[in-house]
Amino acid sequence: MIDFHLDAHSGVAPYLQLIHQVRQALRLGLLSEGDQLPTVKDVVGLLAINPNTVLKAYRELEYEGLVAARPGVGTFVTRTLGDGSPAAIAPLRRELQRWLGKARRAGLDEESIEALMLTTFRSATEAEEDIA
Amino acid sequence: MIWLTWRQFRAQTVTAAGLLAVLAIAFAVTGPQLVHLYDTTVAPCHVQHDCPFAVGTFQSQDSFLQDLVRLVMLAAPALIGIFWGAPLIAHELEAGTQRLAWMQSVTRFRWLAVKLSLAGLASMAAAGLLSLMVTWWFSPLDRVGPGGRLDPGVFSDRGIVPVGYAAFALALGVTAGLLIHRTVPAMVVTLAVFAAVETVFALRVRFHLIPPVRLESALNMHWVTETGTGGPAGRGSFLVGITPNLPGAWLGSAKVTTAAGSTALGRTPSACGQASSYNACTAAISRMHLRQVLVYQPASRFWAFQWYETAIYFALALVLAGFCVWWVRRRVS
Amino acid sequence: MTAIIKASGLGKRYRRRWALSGCTLDIPAGQVVGLVGPNGAGKTTLLHLAAGLLQPTTGTIEVLGGPPPATPAQLARVGFVAQDSPTYSALSVADHLRLGAHLNPGWDAAMASERIERLGLEPRQRAGKLSGGERAQLALTLALAKRPEVLLLDEPVASLDPLARREFLQGLMEAVADQGLSVVLSSHLVADLERVCDYLIVLIASQVQIAGPVEHLLTTHHLLTGPRRDPARLPEDQHVISARHTDRQTTLTVRTEGPILDPAWVVSPIGLEDLVLAYMSRTAATKRRPELEVQR
Repeated sequence: MIDFHLDAHSGVAPYLQLIHQVRQALRLGLLSEGDQLPTVKDVVGLLAINPNTVLKAYRELEYEGLVAARPGVGTFVTRTLGDGSPAAIAPLRRELQRWLGKARRAGLDEESIEALMLTTFRSATEAEEDIA
Repeated sequence: MIWLTWRQFRAQTVTAAGLLAVLAIAFAVTGPQLVHLYDTTVAPCHVQHDCPFAVGTFQSQDSFLQDLVRLVMLAAPALIGIFWGAPLIAHELEAGTQRLAWMQSVTRFRWLAVKLSLAGLASMAAAGLLSLMVTWWFSPLDRVGPGGRLDPGVFSDRGIVPVGYAAFALALGVTAGLLIHRTVPAMVVTLAVFAAVETVFALRVRFHLIPPVRLESALNMHWVTETGTGGPAGRGSFLVGITPNLPGAWLGSAKVTTAAGSTALGRTPSACGQASSYNACTAAISRMHLRQVLVYQPASRFWAFQWYETAIYFALALVLAGFCVWWVRRRVS
Repeated sequence: MTAIIKASGLGKRYRRRWALSGCTLDIPAGQVVGLVGPNGAGKTTLLHLAAGLLQPTTGTIEVLGGPPPATPAQLARVGFVAQDSPTYSALSVADHLRLGAHLNPGWDAAMASERIERLGLEPRQRAGKLSGGERAQLALTLALAKRPEVLLLDEPVASLDPLARREFLQGLMEAVADQGLSVVLSSHLVADLERVCDYLIVLIASQVQIAGPVEHLLTTHHLLTGPRRDPARLPEDQHVISARHTDRQTTLTVRTEGPILDPAWVVSPIGLEDLVLAYMSRTAATKRRPELEVQR
């Protein structure tokens, strides 16, 4: 089961943050088909937010076809996201960790690493879109 | 609600029960001795011709306990009003807990009615028990006392009036607490008002509850205790003072008048002047054919007075209680 | 669905001062409603009127479709926790639960004792010895265990430290999720309410300034920055709440249902806290009342 967290000052609506965290968990393989999402009661008991917020997030996810609510039982994942299977993700993560180690040894600080990653990611995505 | 009231009231009830128990033990130990002493020394004193001595000794028996009990009886109703009545509501209003109680599906009427009834019953029971014990213990002393049981100093401590006082003091305390919202000021006000009411009633009102007996007769020479002259020497009016012997009665006034009924007795007879002798003065007074007018309440009316006074105080208590119920429903938040 | 609270022209006067005036509300059920405003704005008065603890001077108020609770049946449907969570200091935690069981017809004893246990409150501990947070939780338990339909809370977390505050709100939200409860809670801090409320009432200087679902409030209020301009020259449907000028620039807080089409304005969204502050400064401008600091 995943755990939610809330960034009250990010400017992003709480329900959107919850949706985002579910999608991210699906992508990273932390949630797979058939897993149960935390109950509304558990989420509000942890985050101290309005239950309607959680209900809204879950309804939105259901509308997107990612989860399904079973009355009296809970909300369950119906389909995963992301094209990479969990098997593919693990080696990619290891490679990334190795690269990060190299960057640090080369003397880059955190901001430089982040900037390098983001600019490369963006230009690569643009290049892909140009091709596509 | 009954459970809650009991739980809040528990400490006070236990304290009161404890004090009553202590007093009961003291009475149980000394009471029979008093009765025995009375039977052996005071009852036969006429035969032995030592009444003043026997009575005097008897009255000084257990004097510490006597004084203590008088103090307790004086203070008890006021204490009930202060420590049971004033905090009953004021304590809750001060802490804001009435809002907790009222939102627990209890109407204000029920909240106040239960508290008031239970506290009222407890007060009256305590006062009644106390009075019962004290009346029993004091009965031999009352039989020899200088005054009767109607004497203001004694009357309030006997019979059923303490029950009326307790009910009134409690209702007064609750009213003060309800109006003032603060425990300590409510206590002060309760004490002040109760003391004022009780004093005024005892000194001014009680005597007139039943129209007194008015007895007019020839002057009883045995009762004349002093003579004198009022005003400038040689021109003032003759004065005669009498001390009637009406056992147990409550004397309102005792006046000496002329045969015609006037209180101006005329010039002082020379036999009762500066150089007078007892017998000559007595003879002179007899020749004046004076009369006496006594206004008093006979001892037999003791219980009538008790019932009337208790009823009045109890009625006052009910009026105050009714006011409290009306007030709490309309005004308090 | 019945409205939780419906008020029309509601007012309450103490001697010469109006604690609340001209209050008109229609709060739908199934919401967590926040009542926000500075101290002395009338929040406690409004809650006391809804709880049946006060009688209105003018106007009417309806709670759950009927008059404010007076009979035991009505009182069972409305829960209320007064400011500073009053409890009987001489009674123990267990005694308080017994109190609730004796006085309330619909008392859920299992839920009450389960909640006390989960909170870690010692049943034999006297309420006077509990910390502020524990007393607030006890008072909340008493209000929840009678299974009301609506719960009114007067500044429940005002005097609590941040951890106690968070725990209180967690427990409250769990109960809302569990029982389908409607809640009205007041606070003078917007930050307390932002997380939990989906309906907001802004009460300043004894009057309701604005009321509505939080989402609606956030989409209809905007911050406008642009070259210096007279606020009176804005279109009719754009209501200026507060205005600030430098010699070259104007910053406005504006409420409008429609879009803002004037290209001279830079339009930014506004957070709840700034929204409430804008209304407070509007009231201050009209009444020349010192502004109160809103703490984070």
